[in-house]
Amino acid sequence: MEDFFGIPAPLLFGQLLLGLINGAFYAMLSLGLAVIFGLLNIVNMAHGALFMMGAFVAWLLLDKLGLGYWWALLLSPFIVGAFGVLLEKLFISRLYKLDHLYGLLLTFGLALVIEGVFRNEFGSSGLPYRIPPELSGSWDLEFMFLPIYRAWVVAFALVACLATWLVIEKTRLGAYLRAATENAPLVQAFGVNVPRMVTLTYGAGVALAALGGVLAAPIYSVNPQMGSNLIIVVFAVVVIGGMGSILGAVLTGFGLGIVEGMTKVFYPEASATVIFVIMVIVLLARPAGLFGRA
Amino acid sequence: MSDTAITAGALPAPKAENAVAWGFSRAQFAALTAMIVFLAVAPFVLYPVFIMKLLCFALFALAFNLLIGYVGLLSFGHAAYFGMGGYIAGYSAKALGLSPELAILAGGIVAGVLGAAFGWVAIRRQGIYFAMITLALAQMVYFFCVQAPFTGGEDGIQAIPRGSLLGVVPLDRDMAMYWLVAGIFLGAFLLIHRIVHSPFGQVLKAIRENEPRTISLGYKTDHYKLVAFILSTALAGIAGAVKSLVFGIATLTDVHWSMSGEVVLMTLVGGLGTTFGPVIGAAVIVTMQNYLAELGAWVTVIQGVIFVACVLAFRRGIIGEVGNLLKVKL
Repeated sequence: MEDFFGIPAPLLFGQLLLGLINGAFYAMLSLGLAVIFGLLNIVNMAHGALFMMGAFVAWLLLDKLGLGYWWALLLSPFIVGAFGVLLEKLFISRLYKLDHLYGLLLTFGLALVIEGVFRNEFGSSGLPYRIPPELSGSWDLEFMFLPIYRAWVVAFALVACLATWLVIEKTRLGAYLRAATENAPLVQAFGVNVPRMVTLTYGAGVALAALGGVLAAPIYSVNPQMGSNLIIVVFAVVVIGGMGSILGAVLTGFGLGIVEGMTKVFYPEASATVIFVIMVIVLLARPAGLFGRA
Repeated sequence: MSDTAITAGALPAPKAENAVAWGFSRAQFAALTAMIVFLAVAPFVLYPVFIMKLLCFALFALAFNLLIGYVGLLSFGHAAYFGMGGYIAGYSAKALGLSPELAILAGGIVAGVLGAAFGWVAIRRQGIYFAMITLALAQMVYFFCVQAPFTGGEDGIQAIPRGSLLGVVPLDRDMAMYWLVAGIFLGAFLLIHRIVHSPFGQVLKAIRENEPRTISLGYKTDHYKLVAFILSTALAGIAGAVKSLVFGIATLTDVHWSMSGEVVLMTLVGGLGTTFGPVIGAAVIVTMQNYLAELGAWVTVIQGVIFVACVLAFRRGIIGEVGNLLKVKL
């Protein structure tokens, strides 16, 4: 058995993997937040609640309709994304002319409602969601056992983030989106339906959160609080990375996940707070964030 | 700007001749008198412990409103200072045996020092970033309180003694404690009113309306924002300290992010940037929680619905709407 810095290899790589998985969720959530913020200028406080909803929809699909993991991976983002479109149409779209803080307060209220409803319906204790048979088991890598599902989550999240980046940077739709982020009235003057684009962008960001929720369902137990605890860390991740760049959000998310995992190995007492401490350091050194524009 | 700003409910400042005394307009003076009469009568009519709880949250909301209402800074982590004030007061009264006035003072000072450190970091960013940073910093305090030995973890600090005021007046009787709480509340209320109507407070409002312009007029706005943040956090700490002495318990509930959300809700319901709004808002929310307690998690849903309703249709809050109706500033 090999040791690194006096730490047994399975422990080190095990935590590295856990860190990567947390990082995958940080990346997917902060990516969605950044895309929504870029166009809508609101911080979506309901993002955590919608992530949780993604996991619950997966659970409900299995429990009520007998639709398994692969269907959930496809359907849950659509269902929650459609719900997001509804939220944007009904509530959020009324606030664009107001101070940005109202958007934050409104989505916080929506998060409370969503979380409260799920807590009433399903209680606070978690519901189990089984790993699909195709992805259960683990690979023996000699220095550690790699559970296949965890490798899948990291790989899938990377692909999802990369796909989002490609859509935004390399397609015509993405070009419209970037243009509208810079100057919405001008893009509208060119004949692009900006309000519809805003609605769909919110839906897409929300769908990304729900996708994260489905991926998370077999790892964490499905419970109403799973989003709110995560989202505060994601806010710190967003402050550290700055909301200026898509790749920046992805890199910061994965990087901070790894840092958090390593802290669990070397100084476990600080693992819950290390990301917040990094946030303070970044704010002191580079207030706009690592990838942000001042 | 004034149409879209977060304190859209605020009317222009009353003219100097309207001021009756201490910067209160005629209407505000009437409201103040009504509030003092209520404070004097309430403990004989209502359950004193309930009124004390209400006053603690009213003070908390007033402290929060000092930032959002008059500087335009939305702190989404005020539970950290409220809860920390409670823990410090509880620890000093129980483990160190300090008298209640010193315990409350200690709670306020520690919360203020924490606020100075966090404010120094957070004022580097504005708007929604400020809100996210304060929320993240408060979550750090929450994790610290979960782990630190002096907070008692999940159990919290229990059986905190109320002690004797100045070593002379025992506070075990609810009525004795009530007069202390009412006195602290009224003192803090007047202090905040004085701060807001001082030249310092005028600069704060200028920052709220247009920060770049205030800078161009030669004010070091960062200093003003930091001092306002420290004042607000210290007062929030005092509110938490008083609450822990009243109930004899300090727990993780008071440092949790949902408490930060509650104080935002109270201030929003009462009216952002109004003098009496936070008091009314706290009264409404605390009373609601009291009567709806058996509904369990539905209380969260109702609070969320109130949030949404306030933001969409009711941005002035109760006091803002009443003031608008009567054409006075309350």
